Amino acid sequence: MTDQLSRAFQALADPTRRDLVARLAADGDATVGDLAAPYDVSLQAVSKHLKVLEEAGLVSRSRDAQRRPVHLEAEVLELMTGWIERYRRRAEERFARLDAVLADMDEGAGGTAAGEEAS
Amino acid sequence: MTTTRNATQIEAPADVPVIRLVREFDAPRERVFRAWTDPTLFARWIGPRSIDTTIDVWDARSGGEWRYTASRGEDFQMAFWGCFHQVREPERLVQTFSFEGEPDGVSLETLVFEELPGGRTRTIATSVVESFEIRDQILASGMDTGVVEGYEKLDELLAEEA
Repeated sequence: MTDQLSRAFQALADPTRRDLVARLAADGDATVGDLAAPYDVSLQAVSKHLKVLEEAGLVSRSRDAQRRPVHLEAEVLELMTGWIERYRRRAEERFARLDAVLADMDEGAGGTAAGEEAS
Repeated sequence: MTTTRNATQIEAPADVPVIRLVREFDAPRERVFRAWTDPTLFARWIGPRSIDTTIDVWDARSGGEWRYTASRGEDFQMAFWGCFHQVREPERLVQTFSFEGEPDGVSLETLVFEELPGGRTRTIATSVVESFEIRDQILASGMDTGVVEGYEKLDELLAEEA
């Protein structure tokens, strides 16, 4: 799982690939041509980016017909954002405790023995 | 609610092995800085309520060292250590950070305290690790592996945010 996560993070190291993923998330499946349209790069360059995303398990290409639409594997993306969110929540809990200490320091007019008068 | 205004933002840039946490506090910069560098105050907030934090060594000066132990009863104990690379009150704190479970691993933590209007403070904590793989492992499993904390308080916070 961690290997997959690392590959996914690395695949998203590129701003164009991040943008491709964001567009697939917003608009759903799309062809390489659709995806390449807004960029000032060749179709081949976009295909290369898609291949990196595909190897990271972030997107898949269906085999049907010639369109071969690109499909976002939302699960992998959720795995990544889920872990980051969990980490963020832990940090948030820690900072909420710091909030309480800071409020205590306020009441005690500063000293480390603050909180004596807190009721 | 202040919870909404002060929500922690996280950033894991894809181009550098870094974790960045940005948070605002309703307290002046000097006070936030002190809560981070005074051992008694630091021990009060760094760990979850179910964990006892014992400061073993704490010399908050540039070049000084620090070490603390997090424990819960006798079944769980973990030590963290490093040095205060740079202490510039009240705006900048740079530390190395290691933990017992990964003795050869070290990260560089840079903390910047920004003054905000109305006696408030923004802290930007940037943690640089050795590789993307390690960064992503940290994000995936957390530094405090083995620390299981009830999420009730968090649920409340999230409910307030909604």
